[in-house]
Amino acid sequence: MSPMRLALLASALLTSLVGAAQAQTTLRIGIAEDPDILDPSIGRTYVGRIVFSAFCDKLFDIDEKLNIVPQLALSHETSPDGKEMTIKLRPNVKFHDGEPLDAEAAKFSIERHMTLPTSFRKSELASVDHVEIVDPLTIKLVLKTPYSPLIAQLTDRSGMMVSPKAAKEAGDKFGLHPVCAGPYKFVERVQQDRMVFEKFADYWNKDNIHIDRVVFLPIVDATVRLANLKSGGLDLIERVLATDIKDVRADSRLVLSTAPELGYYGLTVNIRNDKAKGPLSQSAKVRQALDLSIDREALNQVVFNGEFTPGNQWVSPTHPYYQKAFPVHGRDVAKAKALLKEAGITSPVTVDYMIPKGAENEAVAQVIQSMAAEAGFDIKIRAVEFATTFKQAQAGEFQIFQINWSGRIDPDGNSYIFMRSKAPQNDGVYSNPEADKLMEDGRLTAKFDERKAIYEKLTGIVLNDLPIIYIYHRTLLIAHTTKLQGYKQMPDGLVRVVGLKFK
Amino acid sequence: MLNFLARRIAQIVPTLFFVSVLIFSLQQLLPGDPALVMAGEERDPAVIEQIRQQYRLNQPIPVQYVYWLKGVLSGNFGESLRNKMPVRELIAQKLPVTLQLGSMAMLIALLIGIPAGIVSAVKRGTVWDYGANLFALWGISTPNFWLGIMLIFLFSIELGWLPASGYVPLTENWRASLAATIMPAFVLGNAISAVLMRHTRSAMLQVLESDYVRTARAKGLSERSVILKHAMRNALTPIITLGALELGTLLSGAVLTEQIFSIPGFGKLIVDAVFNRDYAVVQGVVLVTATVYITLNLVADVAYILVNPRLRGWTHDRCRPARCSHRAS
Repeated sequence: MSPMRLALLASALLTSLVGAAQAQTTLRIGIAEDPDILDPSIGRTYVGRIVFSAFCDKLFDIDEKLNIVPQLALSHETSPDGKEMTIKLRPNVKFHDGEPLDAEAAKFSIERHMTLPTSFRKSELASVDHVEIVDPLTIKLVLKTPYSPLIAQLTDRSGMMVSPKAAKEAGDKFGLHPVCAGPYKFVERVQQDRMVFEKFADYWNKDNIHIDRVVFLPIVDATVRLANLKSGGLDLIERVLATDIKDVRADSRLVLSTAPELGYYGLTVNIRNDKAKGPLSQSAKVRQALDLSIDREALNQVVFNGEFTPGNQWVSPTHPYYQKAFPVHGRDVAKAKALLKEAGITSPVTVDYMIPKGAENEAVAQVIQSMAAEAGFDIKIRAVEFATTFKQAQAGEFQIFQINWSGRIDPDGNSYIFMRSKAPQNDGVYSNPEADKLMEDGRLTAKFDERKAIYEKLTGIVLNDLPIIYIYHRTLLIAHTTKLQGYKQMPDGLVRVVGLKFK
Repeated sequence: MLNFLARRIAQIVPTLFFVSVLIFSLQQLLPGDPALVMAGEERDPAVIEQIRQQYRLNQPIPVQYVYWLKGVLSGNFGESLRNKMPVRELIAQKLPVTLQLGSMAMLIALLIGIPAGIVSAVKRGTVWDYGANLFALWGISTPNFWLGIMLIFLFSIELGWLPASGYVPLTENWRASLAATIMPAFVLGNAISAVLMRHTRSAMLQVLESDYVRTARAKGLSERSVILKHAMRNALTPIITLGALELGTLLSGAVLTEQIFSIPGFGKLIVDAVFNRDYAVVQGVVLVTATVYITLNLVADVAYILVNPRLRGWTHDRCRPARCSHRAS
């Protein structure tokens, strides 16, 4: 080979190597729905939160053990009377448009969440009276009353910071071109098709960002999502079906990442809103009988191959606020029958049981139906389209409503809005002054031990009254290819892209 | 001809007005409350009230209709309740996708359906005929959903030839675009090809038995010339109307297919909008679909006349050619 040709060949080889080293990497994530709007003040969907975590950092975040850790903040301190929270911000943080994240910007973001006419964060920040700037990197939230779940709210959309310049210019259209301070910046969105994000060069934690682009692709059908992952069209998918777990585990090119979810699956019982005045609404004993007729472990085995966690409280047994004094009880049909007898019921108890349509929901309902039948319940399952269930639930057109709550980090987020008298999602209109008082105290108390004791009392009352019969906690199921490394699943179900790399 | 066209176009306006009133009245029958759906997981009453006011959901339906109509007349279809995108923009984004998918599906249907129908009629009673009929039966009775999933398993997972889902615009990368749309287009085209095949077959059989074909044969013309020049032209006239109407169906009927292959087209847009009670989007999409449907119908009528010169004289009376075809025979 002539020296000239050798040189040419060598240079071609080098070029191709350099080319390979610089090849752009793209992480393609399959999500189960198309999110609503990408504005942290206006967004309402769970799937939207997954997308936010790629481009919109928050003041605080959580770790695998549900500890609250700093993100855009460095630290926080609550005054002894619980009415002031001082937050120190991380220095040298920039928004995607180059604007600095300082105390002024943080104040603007929080006030925007609180005052934008279309904001959905108002109720989450309702305890905040106003925000003060202490120094260029410190803000102080002055509260109307002490509110211990506030810090947990700041680990979600209420804690997301947006560029004041971009937000002022765009108003409530900000979500069409969001500008935040996260690892990736927004490039484009085609509704129902894709959302594209590109690495942000000035990200404060850029050393841990190894992938150039992140693309979210909404694919509604779980089977098709998995097919895409298997065929190499996607690198990671969320919400794998429990029935597909075996398939994923059997594939050597795939990895299943799991975590217990924060929420619960439960049966909301209509107590005071029940127009038919069925026995369930009239007597706690009847509800206890239904509760005792359910074998949660068997249900878990039958419907979910034993992958989920049977539960009896609004937090899962792995949560720091789970009350070990009240373990999940076994099935006791004899006792259930005796309780019905005590309540003065002889004939089968007919129950109108509403579920949102869906194969999993229907399977759960059918198992419960057959278990409860042995104890003397005649359950009539009524599958209703999801959007319609809200309206019927609010109107009290049900006796049991099977719901799935995605969950919040703080136990307050899983209990207050469902059980406090007149709370927005208290569809069964449960009301117990003692429980109300405990739920209020839970909000005012900051110390873990004291709060846990309050919630222990509340658990005792709720497990006796049973306005909601808790059944199980789902396992978050995320699958990705073996090429993707460094993935850790958090209990909030969100997909965190920091630290991920391709092999 | 011009008179006919003018009259048909004039008919479109009242039809669309009627359609718009119908959409508005019918969607009120949808159970569920858009404000409740939009409020999301935490159904705060204050938030729900805020949404009702913001989108005038608390106003009487006729008032809402007048606001909407005013907007539509000035080219503004409102904005999506869910993501604040202008409905006009959403439609502009989705329409080309569905049109591409629809025309590819139609092309596949025509390429399979018409030749199969002709062969089946000409070779009546032979293996060819039975084969084509069997294919048509299969095409009609195979659910789109099943066929789609099977194709994904075969061509994406097992063979790795085609992407399992997603969409790439033609203008961005035509090869990738064709690769992404060929499977859904085949699924859609498959069912239509079966319908076209059956119709072509029966029309062709009828024509082959007519006097002028017998005359043509008697004149000693080649069989090829008899079939392609004389018989086919006449047999195809009713197929045009059928094809145009099927094209209209493709626009809104691609729902399942678009869902399986995650094609961000019209079908997917309307399904998501209905489930999210995104009224503004539903109204816009239905109106546009109706317009396209009516236009296609008009185009079919015109094409009908162009293909069959015997019908030309008829456009002067009030008879719609598609409905008066019996007078042509």
